[in-house]
Amino acid sequence: MTAHTPTAPFAPKGRATLAILRAETRLFTRELGALFYILLFPVVLLSILGAIPSFREDSPDLGGLSVVDLYVPVTILLSMIMAALMTMPSTVLAYREAGVLRRLRTTPIRPASILVVQMLLHALTVAGSSLLLLTVGRLVFGTPLPESWPGYLGAYVLALVASFSLGAAITAVSPSARIAAVLGSLAFFGSMFTAGVYLPVQAMDGLLRRIVELTPLGAASEALNAAMLGALPEVRDLLVVATWAAVLSLVSVRFFRWE
Amino acid sequence: MKNTAVEAQHLRKSYGEARAVDDVSLTVDRGEIFGILGPNGAGKTTTVEMIAGLRTPDSGRVRVHGLDPLADRERITRLVGIQLQESRLQPKITAGEALRLWSAFYDDPEPWPELAERLGLADLLDQQFRTLSGGQQQRLSIALALVGRPRVAILDELTTGLDPQARREVWDLIRHVRERGVTVLLVTHAMEEAQGLCDRVALINDGQVKVVDTPDGLIRSAAAATVTSFATTSAVDLEALREIPGVHEVRRDGGRLVVEGNDDVPLLVLSCLESQGVAPRTLRVQEGSLDTAYLTLLATTADPAARSPHLTQETVR
Repeated sequence: MTAHTPTAPFAPKGRATLAILRAETRLFTRELGALFYILLFPVVLLSILGAIPSFREDSPDLGGLSVVDLYVPVTILLSMIMAALMTMPSTVLAYREAGVLRRLRTTPIRPASILVVQMLLHALTVAGSSLLLLTVGRLVFGTPLPESWPGYLGAYVLALVASFSLGAAITAVSPSARIAAVLGSLAFFGSMFTAGVYLPVQAMDGLLRRIVELTPLGAASEALNAAMLGALPEVRDLLVVATWAAVLSLVSVRFFRWE
Repeated sequence: MKNTAVEAQHLRKSYGEARAVDDVSLTVDRGEIFGILGPNGAGKTTTVEMIAGLRTPDSGRVRVHGLDPLADRERITRLVGIQLQESRLQPKITAGEALRLWSAFYDDPEPWPELAERLGLADLLDQQFRTLSGGQQQRLSIALALVGRPRVAILDELTTGLDPQARREVWDLIRHVRERGVTVLLVTHAMEEAQGLCDRVALINDGQVKVVDTPDGLIRSAAAATVTSFATTSAVDLEALREIPGVHEVRRDGGRLVVEGNDDVPLLVLSCLESQGVAPRTLRVQEGSLDTAYLTLLATTADPAARSPHLTQETVR
């Protein structure tokens, strides 16, 4: 067979991909645990912090923001790493271990499409969670909405890409779902810290802050916070996030095994 | 060549030091049910996975309907339907959702409700994959392999885990599929399945094709075309029986004497007994089974060093 052979009327790829999207969406809604942790847990955490009166007081030390205000971008990042590091790798590796990816290789569909669909579904859930957090922050705790939407969206998308590529890299280098769960948890707790879940990055001092700003989630946290305050995120933060995203994506593409 | 569905030439595949497939060549005609028979670890699965383009051979050449399964991936996936061994689905997908999803992958799929009906899945469509029994998962897997109307169906361990009733139904379905001109490549170590279903069988052991023949031909060539057995109270000269031309084996089985041999053996046994003045009681002459032929062929063709571990994996009779 040569490249000149006219191609048979293949089923439109779009239809098949849509069918995968529909099926995986249904399956996603059956994963109540994952949905809770991505969609509701961050807003629950924000509300608990917001229940502490002193956390609602604006402080000149924090640039006129309250602690709860600082936690709005932090909890947004929390939902990102929850999805990217905890639920997505385990889903994908469970598919690989069950032979779903291998099985898809025998069909006209590329198995990569199920991975793309999984990322899309996780990203959409994160977006839903973020909207919920911004709304609750604004309506309940008076957190200012982002002053600079383009800056905020740019930083947001970069942070999303960085955390998902971190999750993808973990998926790629883990030989099994169990090891991915361990690596994912380690990366998760590390990223929780650098994203500022325990202590907002803006409240860290000196050297620690400079180190944290070099991590993907630390830089993303700074960029989101700056955008919330109306400034454009610093180019350096964006560059840090973008570099991490690029490197981690390369790692995951290089090391991922389909079976 | 127009009539050839699958052509494999000198396939080799090693996993590290272990040589899984060592020079396998096969030609399967279109519309044929072709069995690949052999003990566990013989290289059957690796062979069909190379034919399907799921594994890259170290050397050798495969053509399926004239296409290279690795280079012509896109076309091959539309041409070949595969039921893989031990391949599961998303745990929470229902049988119906899986069938609908798989139908969407192909241009002209089989109407899946009909297929589900034929495979006894009609009442299970709302059940999630993880709640299905092994046999039910197996039947769903067969349905998914066939839903795209493949021209070549590769079925690995087709009826493993199925009860006898379900097995018969699956066999009927395979015959039905073949009537539409579909080529079926069947990996099995169930002799009964190979005998009842296959037009031709390739016996694979130690990564090599030992013999390709019809099931009947295999039985004949294994020198145990007939099994003659009888009980007797008098002493029998076993050596005399063993010297009958065409006798393959003489043994005691319970209270009976069993003589395996070719088609001429039963009459010769009777005359031999008569000359010894022995009256056989409850005389039975049975057709040799593929089971016997299989074990004989394995024993005569196997590399003696590698033989015993394989044989222990198969249940004898």
